[in-house]
Amino acid sequence: MVAADENQAPPNKRFSNRVAKRRVSMGQYIRWSVLFLGGILMVMPIIYMLSTSLKWPHEIYDVSLIPKEPHLENYVYVLEDGRFYGWFTNSLIIALITTLSNVLFDSLVGYTLCKFRFPGRYIVFIAILSTLMIPTEMLVIPWYLMSQSFGWLDTHWGIMFPGLMTAFGTFLMKQFFETVPDDFIEAARIDGLNELQIWWTVAMPLVKPALAALAIFVFLGNWTAFIWPLIVTNSWDMYTLPVGLSTFADEADVAWELVMTGAAISTIPTLVVFLIFQRFIIRGVVMAGLKG
Amino acid sequence: MSNLKLGELVKTYGQTEVLHSIDLGIQDGEFVVLVGPSGCGKSTTLRLIAGLEEITSGTIEIGGRVVNNLEPKDRDIAMVFQNYAIYPHMTVRKNIGFGLRSARMSRADKNKRIDEIADILGMTDLLERRPNQLSGGQRQRVAIGRAMVRDPAVFLFDEPLSNLDAQLRTQMRLEIKKLHQRVGATIVFVTHDQVEAMTMADRIVIMKDGYIQQVGTPSEVYHSPANTFVASFIGSPAMNMIPATIVDGQIHIEGGSIIELKTSISGERKVTLGIRPEDLEPTDGPALIRGSVNVREPLGHETLIHVGTVHGDIIAKADGRTPPELGGCVNLRAQAQNIHIFDPENGAALR
Ligand SMILES: Nc1ncnc2c1ncn2[C@@H]1O[C@H](COP(=O)(O)OP(=O)(O)OP(=O)(O)O)[C@@H](O)[C@H]1O
Ligand SMILES: [Mg+2]
Repeated sequence: MVAADENQAPPNKRFSNRVAKRRVSMGQYIRWSVLFLGGILMVMPIIYMLSTSLKWPHEIYDVSLIPKEPHLENYVYVLEDGRFYGWFTNSLIIALITTLSNVLFDSLVGYTLCKFRFPGRYIVFIAILSTLMIPTEMLVIPWYLMSQSFGWLDTHWGIMFPGLMTAFGTFLMKQFFETVPDDFIEAARIDGLNELQIWWTVAMPLVKPALAALAIFVFLGNWTAFIWPLIVTNSWDMYTLPVGLSTFADEADVAWELVMTGAAISTIPTLVVFLIFQRFIIRGVVMAGLKG
Repeated sequence: MSNLKLGELVKTYGQTEVLHSIDLGIQDGEFVVLVGPSGCGKSTTLRLIAGLEEITSGTIEIGGRVVNNLEPKDRDIAMVFQNYAIYPHMTVRKNIGFGLRSARMSRADKNKRIDEIADILGMTDLLERRPNQLSGGQRQRVAIGRAMVRDPAVFLFDEPLSNLDAQLRTQMRLEIKKLHQRVGATIVFVTHDQVEAMTMADRIVIMKDGYIQQVGTPSEVYHSPANTFVASFIGSPAMNMIPATIVDGQIHIEGGSIIELKTSISGERKVTLGIRPEDLEPTDGPALIRGSVNVREPLGHETLIHVGTVHGDIIAKADGRTPPELGGCVNLRAQAQNIHIFDPENGAALR
């Protein structure tokens, strides 16, 4: 490994030198300006959120980005309000379990659809894909009726069950398993592994970048999910974070500074998840590039 | 005992039959090469033996045991794939040891076995590397090591050298052959390269369109090809095919002379003569066939000449120092025993 790192160092250095020496053209200024504007557009809401969370209630309709008297009372209030931890924990449990479940089951189904030839395979695949075309809003009522008859209303399971597997994830994983050569799988079969072992020890490590991307999508999706958790939960101790935060806005006046504070705190896990898995994605791309 | 027997093996994909009743016996410790043009069913045959495809009908015996219904892992075989099939996310040690995962051995024994294999293959220093830090030839060696580690009865190779450059291919050819002599395992090796087949095989199986054309030692298939297909497939440049007529033991070639021939063919019949370029040379005497030199390909010790005749271009061998002039007229002759005679209808050898 050490030898390899040494080998890699010089080309990188040369590359950066070359970049530094290159003259910056007009086109590049334009491109960078556009990117810069885009970047600002993306960051604005986040900055606004942070700024609002530092304001006093009388200031919140003031568009200024810089609070006149910045303070941390909102954070103290939100964190001391016992409900916040419950919501945070609910959201975390649900997002983690759903992510794990998607990574496992989407890839199992995707792998099966990709690498096994069986009658009806194509129909199953089309059926899964076609569910992508049904919007969540339409599914909410059947989900609700189902939860009601099974007694899942107002439970963690009730919040989670619709998202434990997704058509998109299955499709994504199937496409990525196409990149795993059949020879790899057959070689393992000859070496005496059973199909489940082959999936786990041979196929899964080779699609790690896809798994990381899927994990990020699913985690963020569930962490920020609002409509379904709002509908399926009744008692405030079952609320997820987004649902719970919205109750700060329940009263006559919306306590935006508290909503924004909660939102600011709730971005922390998403950042952590993103930072962890993003490295996988980048490393995966590099690995694929080196594979001769 | 690790002999291998294929009996009336048939494989169909949907409606298409791609292997037609393949019969083949392979002795314990024999190195057999399956060779043939692309799409002739070599890989399919190998995959049937490995158990990666289900056979349509027929039997496969390994070591005297019918394995038709056994899983690949229970057949006591190992396979090396064209693109190596070594896992990029595992070190060389893990890759070689992969076949031992399900073996009931202690970790120390497994490691000892891996070290042993690495030593045979000269890879001891590379054990902790990953495949992307290896050259093509080294990767191929890892794949071979992975096959060897379980000490299987039969090794199956599917075009393992075709991704290597010419020089490395020659080197690996030799290494695999040495390995075979050292380990003494039964090997079935698939290639579409006839040079590879000739140099490595104890016996060659030549296939075409799902039929076996001929089975024999390299010398047998070279010197007594069973039909025109084998004759032109084995040997480079390919054997010249010249239409002729045999009348009472004499060959008549249009644009050439009449030659006496010891043959059992009586009466008059049309035939195809097959003569290898190296058996055909310029002469001052009477010509088997004559024509003008169109192209000269100097190879150093000899020169190949393409001679335009009434039957099209014919390739012959001439002296390296004093080849005939370009455009000049040459008489070509061949020894009678080097002339192969085939049926012009079905291509079968006649003598
Ligand atoms: N899964 C399949 N479905 C349908 N036909 C197949 C399948 N696999 C192989 N064939 C057909 O079987 C025939 C033999 O294929 P095979 O792969 O054995 O050829 P090969 O001799 O190995 O050729 P090559 O030298 O190109 O590897 C070919 O005509 C091919 O189209
Ligand atoms: Mg093949």
